[in-house]
Amino acid sequence: MANNRGAAVMYDSVQKSYDGESLVVKNLNLDIPPGEFLTMLGPSGSGKTTCLMMLAGFEPATHGEIYLNDRPINNVPPHKRGIGMVFQNYALFPHMTVAENLAFPLQVRNVGKAEQAEKVQRALDMVELGAFGNRRPAQLSGGQQQRVAVARALVFDPELVLMDEPLGALDKQLREQMQYEIKHIHENLGVTVVYVTHDQTEALTMSDRVAVFNDGIIQQLSTPDDLYEDPQNSFVAQFIGENNKLNGKVVGVDGEECLVELGDGTQLKADKVNVSAVGDLTTLSLRPERVEFDTNDTMDNLVNGRIEELIYLGDHIRVRMNVAGNDEFIVKVRNRGEKRKLHVGETVQVGWAMNDCKALDAVA
Amino acid sequence: MSDTTQDGQVLTTQDGRPLKAALGRALFREKLRAFLLVAPLLIFILITFVAPIIDMLHRSVENSIVEETLPKTVVALQEWDPGSGEVPDEAVFAALYDDMVVAVDKKTHTRLGSRLNYEQSGISSLFRKTGRRIKRMDEGEPLKDQFLAADKKWGDVTTWQVLKQFSPAYTGGYFLNAFDAKLGPEGVELKPADERIYLFLFGRTLFLSIVITLSCLLLGYPIAFLLAALPLRTSNLLMILVLLPFWTSLLVRTSAWKVLLQQQGVINDFLVWINLISDSGRLVMINNQTGTIIAMTHILLPFMILPLYSVMKTISPTYVRAAKSLGANDWTAFWRVYFPQSVPGIGAGAVLVFILSIGYYITPELVGGTSGIFISNRIAYHISSSLNWGLAAALGTLLLVAVLVLFVVYDKIVGIDNVKLG
Repeated sequence: MANNRGAAVMYDSVQKSYDGESLVVKNLNLDIPPGEFLTMLGPSGSGKTTCLMMLAGFEPATHGEIYLNDRPINNVPPHKRGIGMVFQNYALFPHMTVAENLAFPLQVRNVGKAEQAEKVQRALDMVELGAFGNRRPAQLSGGQQQRVAVARALVFDPELVLMDEPLGALDKQLREQMQYEIKHIHENLGVTVVYVTHDQTEALTMSDRVAVFNDGIIQQLSTPDDLYEDPQNSFVAQFIGENNKLNGKVVGVDGEECLVELGDGTQLKADKVNVSAVGDLTTLSLRPERVEFDTNDTMDNLVNGRIEELIYLGDHIRVRMNVAGNDEFIVKVRNRGEKRKLHVGETVQVGWAMNDCKALDAVA
Repeated sequence: MSDTTQDGQVLTTQDGRPLKAALGRALFREKLRAFLLVAPLLIFILITFVAPIIDMLHRSVENSIVEETLPKTVVALQEWDPGSGEVPDEAVFAALYDDMVVAVDKKTHTRLGSRLNYEQSGISSLFRKTGRRIKRMDEGEPLKDQFLAADKKWGDVTTWQVLKQFSPAYTGGYFLNAFDAKLGPEGVELKPADERIYLFLFGRTLFLSIVITLSCLLLGYPIAFLLAALPLRTSNLLMILVLLPFWTSLLVRTSAWKVLLQQQGVINDFLVWINLISDSGRLVMINNQTGTIIAMTHILLPFMILPLYSVMKTISPTYVRAAKSLGANDWTAFWRVYFPQSVPGIGAGAVLVFILSIGYYITPELVGGTSGIFISNRIAYHISSSLNWGLAAALGTLLLVAVLVLFVVYDKIVGIDNVKLG
């Protein structure tokens, strides 16, 4: 199938308010190139679903304009937008068989019977449910229903597919499997996908780019690795992956690096990301797997800490430590079957590189 | 799983009792408790619902009054051939005299007269007249002549035919009557056209019930749709308005329609005032079928709205959204996706309204006039005015059977499992 037959989407200073008193979406500007898999990630109430609903046409934008292939669509009713959509609880029509569900969008477009049957079968084959056409949705498992919903959103060859937390109702294993399937379907078809989720793993696994929403604002719009490696603010650092936060004050700035003094006087070197000058309060963000027990003098930061708790997780060991007065300091140690054992109550030295430690905006 | 082990032994508990018996004992108390919980309602239903229905079914065929009042005559009449065209002989009259003396003494002869009068008018007065004369009759003289002298209807073969026909303890006569039929010399035949009434009334009852059900559906569907779509707070407020009629007496509501619909009523006055109709051309909207349909639609509307609402409430709005996202316009989304899912509510509401209306009595009585009354008004008439309880019971039984038949038909067409009350 042809690649990159997706549509381009553009949000142009879009605002949305439900009650006229507070904004759910605050001045959204977002460009989605054709064929991209973009995920809107955020906690509930962050405005991500509202953004999706405005694009689908079920919620009017209070201000601003949304463009689909450079065409403003604010005044186009949902059924004329030609956007495929997968809903949270699938919304498969319970009174129709799977094949009838898939034929529905073709029927309302007056597609000929023969072509309908062919497209329905092709869509079913695509999601590996070729033999299930005559079943009712209630007779399918959750994962199968999910695939039917995906097939139905794609059967009329839309250029843009929206997915509203489509995997929320599935168990963990099925969810992971479906993530890959959806990703592969996207790669094969080349349609543009806008995907909404609150699950960061889902977002990191599937997306070309992720827009992290909070409080009606896109906090960061980056590729998954950028998001994890270079969070632009504390919210993103907290929301994506696991994160140790250390509160302190900037005491020295040198180009792209800065020196931060923690509450107990410990001084740490960090990447200057979201602080400007000496005296700023800051929160340091540090990924647990970047902290080493095998320290050496070349490391930028070396601190002593007391081991509070050890949790054995098979492939790695989670070590909870008290470092610089913070007893929620987590270190992940890969399980290499090493001789050296850690013990609770032991005081050991840990260290990490300056680049792994980001000085971000202060949080309480 | 089998209740025997591999060597064919019945499974037992540790102390050797059969497992099934032990299980039964263990669950006995629970079952007893469950039964005791439903027992009050069960007894109540048996006494107030099942028993009256059985009594009604019995009354529609029961006919022991002739045998009880005139026991000897009934025996004597067994010899007589009603097809002979001859009045029975002296022996029968003698038996009749004996029976009548006892009956007059107990004053039961007039009751028998009224009973047989349902079958042949004039018999009531025949029995009352004979009852007055019986004391003056002379046992020694030929009784046939004395009876004929008392009333010459005793010389009429049809009188005796009726008497013999209704002498068995059970009769199909009430049912024949309910079908506008009677047992003539050539077997069952329809009554003369001007005496037929019940088949017509059954037909009208069915027709009006269907019309009322349809108008309830037409008016109730959009309201239920609105209620289900609105946010809970608003819909609760509106729901109170829907239920408000339940708080007012049925009689008051029906009377209100009288005030509104009568020829000098509010609606007619208004229409005349805005010059839509002339003063002489006031609409007749009450005391006819229109009145019955309007008033009953109003009264039964909640019974349509409530099941519809409870079903529509369960239809997630995402279905319609999904349909629209797939390219369906508003109407297609409604008709192809929403409406089919609301059918169970329509089924429940329609069955409820139809069954309620087919047996409705008070409203047609008050606003129906003559052209808008139902079969139940006729049943009430026979219960309270003509006192022909047997016919009333037969009509009631037919109504019951009609409802059951319609229910089965409905099950075949729509499917009873397609009915959902919530």
